[in-house]
Amino acid sequence: MRSLWIGLLLAPAVIVMTAFVLFPLLSAFRYAFYEFNGLKPSHFVGLANFRQVLLEHPFSDNTYRALWHNIIVFIALMVFENGTAFLIAFALLKALPGHRIHQVIIFLPVVLSAVIVGFLWKLFLHPLFGLVNNALALVHISGRAWLGDESTALGSIIFANIWSWIGFPTLVLLAGMQRVGKELLEAARLDGAGDFSLLTRIIWPLMAPSVTIVCVLTFIGSFNWFELPYIMSGVDGSPGGSTDVLGLYFYRTAFGSETSGIQNFGQGSALAVLMFIAVAGTTAVALRYLRRREIEV
Amino acid sequence: MSNRHEGIKNSGIQILLLFNAFVMLYPLLVMVTSSFKTNVELFSSPFSLPRSFALTNIATVWTDTNFVRYLANSLSVTVASILLILLFGTMAAYAIARYQFRASGLFLMFFISGMTVPLKLAIIPLFIELDRLHLVDNLAGLVLVYVAMGLPSAVFIMTGFLRSLPKELEEAARMDRASELRIMLSIMLPLARPAMVIVAIQNAVPIWNDFFFPLIFISSDNLKTLPQGLTVFMGEFVTNWGVLFTGLTLAALPITLLYVVLSKHFIAGITQGAAK
Repeated sequence: MRSLWIGLLLAPAVIVMTAFVLFPLLSAFRYAFYEFNGLKPSHFVGLANFRQVLLEHPFSDNTYRALWHNIIVFIALMVFENGTAFLIAFALLKALPGHRIHQVIIFLPVVLSAVIVGFLWKLFLHPLFGLVNNALALVHISGRAWLGDESTALGSIIFANIWSWIGFPTLVLLAGMQRVGKELLEAARLDGAGDFSLLTRIIWPLMAPSVTIVCVLTFIGSFNWFELPYIMSGVDGSPGGSTDVLGLYFYRTAFGSETSGIQNFGQGSALAVLMFIAVAGTTAVALRYLRRREIEV
Repeated sequence: MSNRHEGIKNSGIQILLLFNAFVMLYPLLVMVTSSFKTNVELFSSPFSLPRSFALTNIATVWTDTNFVRYLANSLSVTVASILLILLFGTMAAYAIARYQFRASGLFLMFFISGMTVPLKLAIIPLFIELDRLHLVDNLAGLVLVYVAMGLPSAVFIMTGFLRSLPKELEEAARMDRASELRIMLSIMLPLARPAMVIVAIQNAVPIWNDFFFPLIFISSDNLKTLPQGLTVFMGEFVTNWGVLFTGLTLAALPITLLYVVLSKHFIAGITQGAAK
């Protein structure tokens, strides 16, 4: 009677998880070794799919170019988004009048869909009528086609990402800073520590866990980049593939691009498995390193 | 001297924060004011306030597009997903937290390991599976995927919370021969409401905003969700910017209003949710 009751309570959640998480995940690894005929895996091809996306022209060129762009996105977000977030968090830590409102404001775009953010900035970055070039014209700087130019397109999308998401690392880092007790800060101040040494000697080491979280989530986020480039530069990573990232390349391979409807589920699965291993592996190694650093500093 | 020094520094910080607030809010302000403008007005005086707050653009969006349909779809998908996540998640968490049985730790592990899985990367098998079940291009399929994604953290949070509730309440009721179902529904669950709010918000925002899964699973225009429908809409009205900004404003409005009212819960839910 009792075990029937417990079983009843667990059943729906376990069934849904098994059917829609566990089973697809295991299948994803299996499918990477198959060639597909439409929606059906037709025959086992060993490592052929992996060889294609990693070693064979033109697929491999695409893979490495996309990977390189993901790395650029990650570095840019670490430096500009998280760097600025750290400064703002430190400014908010002072708890000056209005600091709560500032927290609500900076977090506002975080709750908006990436689709809204993407379209909004696509309109703002329009070469002729966009807000950005209009504003630059006011101070006599000539604008440009931000999203149409290979040298600025990726940077523009990264900018939109920073604008919409900066509130997240800011508030996570702020929470980490606030965990350093007021008493400790007061005591250090009485001992004559200035703001700078307070920051480097006490706050920074003690907030290490929140830095770990922000770094890891930024890494995962950069390698899952999809919505913003899809909306702002299209599924092909225009112009000229300058905004192509692994998420877009995976999507095109599996579900077809704008110009061709060719779907290759086998190759797509191989890409997905490689991305999964790369992200999970790097995250695990980075976590070990960052956790050790947390204890040392 | 130190006081004056402190004062200068504090005003410096305030200026920095005000500048930041301007950068965050001005684009949204322009989005809203632009939604009341005509094309001519938008291009001739982009920075000014609109000449009138006439609702012509809103009327266009409301009647000439499928916008209301997209909105209704998003709303029903989000509500259905949240309700099922709360129902199934709480049931499972209740079993794990309040009863002692041998496999309970194993079940908890099963759910917790689900939190680390990026389901997007299993999209191909998921698509094939839903296709076999005739759930592609079907809102129910979308709901099931969201429920599966939301359950792990829901079970994790609810288990932690339910475990912290005292045993005495439950035992007193058992003495009175109340049934297990009654104990759960009328004694334990009302106490778990705060945890349910966290679970609901943590899941509602990503589900409401999601674009990836509808992009893959939904193809009929009448079934599209708001973020996905927005791409259709933006394609149709490319040349009418006032209407485009109106669409974006209307799409941003519901969640923004909710956020302004419940900002504390939103911030706590989202920062905790990602830190899991």
